[in-house]
Amino acid sequence: MEDSRRRFLKLAGVSALGLTTRPVLNAFASGGGDDDAPGVEVKKGKNALKAKQWAMVIDTRKFESAEDLEPIIEACDKIHNIPKLDNKDHEVKWIWEEHFHNAFPGKAQRFLDERVEHLPFLVLCNHCENPPCCRVCPTQATFKRESDGIVLMDFHRCIGCRFCMAACPYGSRSFNFRDPRPFVEETNKSFPTRMKGVVEKCNFCAERLAIGEMPACVEASDGAITFGDLYDPESEVRELLRTNYTIRRKQGLGTEPSVYYIV
Amino acid sequence: MSDKKLIIAGVVIFVAVVAFPFWFNMGKAAPAPELELTERAKELNHGKCVMPTDYMQSEHMQLLDLWRHSVVRNAKRTFVNTSGQEFNMSLTNTCLDCHANKAEFCDRCHDYASVRPYCWDCHIDNPKETE
Repeated sequence: MEDSRRRFLKLAGVSALGLTTRPVLNAFASGGGDDDAPGVEVKKGKNALKAKQWAMVIDTRKFESAEDLEPIIEACDKIHNIPKLDNKDHEVKWIWEEHFHNAFPGKAQRFLDERVEHLPFLVLCNHCENPPCCRVCPTQATFKRESDGIVLMDFHRCIGCRFCMAACPYGSRSFNFRDPRPFVEETNKSFPTRMKGVVEKCNFCAERLAIGEMPACVEASDGAITFGDLYDPESEVRELLRTNYTIRRKQGLGTEPSVYYIV
Repeated sequence: MSDKKLIIAGVVIFVAVVAFPFWFNMGKAAPAPELELTERAKELNHGKCVMPTDYMQSEHMQLLDLWRHSVVRNAKRTFVNTSGQEFNMSLTNTCLDCHANKAEFCDRCHDYASVRPYCWDCHIDNPKETE
C-alpha cells in the first residue's frame, strides 16, 4: 500500500502524456487545403452555371418510341467514353431506357394505359438530395457536391467495393469489370476514360456545366428534357413542376430524387 | 581466440555479399534523363509551364493533386498562377495537350525515378494528335 501514491502519480503522468498525443497527431495530419501551393489561387470559371441543386424534368409525352431516345443516349455515351459491352453483366450505363413498371415499380397499375405501357422511359442517376450511395462509400469517393447538389464520383478514390451499387435503389451505377478502353468505339479525347475496378455513373455533365453548357442529353433531347435549379422559383424546371403533374422514381424511400417525370 | 581468422573472413564475406548491389552497380548510375518538349509546349505561353520549371519538376504531383481535389470536389476549375495567368485545371486537356509526348517526357523521368503513376489508365495522353 505504501507505493500506491507513487504508482498513482506515475499512471497519472503517463495518462496526461497520452492525452497530449492527439492534438499533436492532428497537427501533423492536417494540411492539404485548396491553396497549398504558394501564391496561387483556384476559382470557378467565368461561364460556369450555378445552382443550389440541379434538377431535371423529363417530359415523356414528347417521346413515342425507343427511337426517340436513341440520339439522347448516344450523345451521352459518346462524350463520356462509355464502353459498349455485349455481356449484360458487364454493361456500363449512364442513361438508358426502362419499362414503366421497372422504372416506377410502386406506381405500375394492373391496367396501364397503352401509351405508358409501351413507352420506354429514360432513366439515369437521380442525384438524390439524400443519396444512400454517399452514405455507404467507405472512402468518400462518391459524394454529394455541396456547391450544386450533384452526386459525383472521384474515380481516384474509388476502391471498387461496390457498396454504392448495393445502396442505390435505382441501379444507376455500373462497375467496370473489365478495362473499358478497348470497348469504347470512338474516344472523346477531352474526357477521361475509366479503369478496371471503379464504379461509374451519370455526372449530370458537371464538366459541361462548368463551361456554361447544358448536359448533353438535354441538348440532344429537342426540348423534352429540361434542366435547371430546383431551388430557384424562377427556373424553367420549377415552372414545369408548377404547371404539370410529375412523378419521381421510388419516392417512398426518402432519397428525394432530383429527376422528375411528366407522364 | 583460435577462430579469429575464420570470424574475420566470415565478416568480410558477409559485408561483401550485403554490399553486393552497391559495388556491383558502382559507376554504372544511369545518367539523368533528358526530356523533350513538343513544339506546342515550346511555343505556347512562351515555353513556360503553369508554374516555374523547377517547381514543376519537383512538385507537379502535388499540383495535380490540388487540381484534382479542386475540380472534382469543389467545382473550381480555373487555376491562377503566381503571375496571374489563368489555366483550365485539366490533366487531359491542359497538361497533356502540350506534353503530348508521353514516352519522351513523362516516361523518361518516371522510369528513372522508378515510379509508376497510373494517370494514363484514364487520362488520355495526346488529345490533339489523332485525326
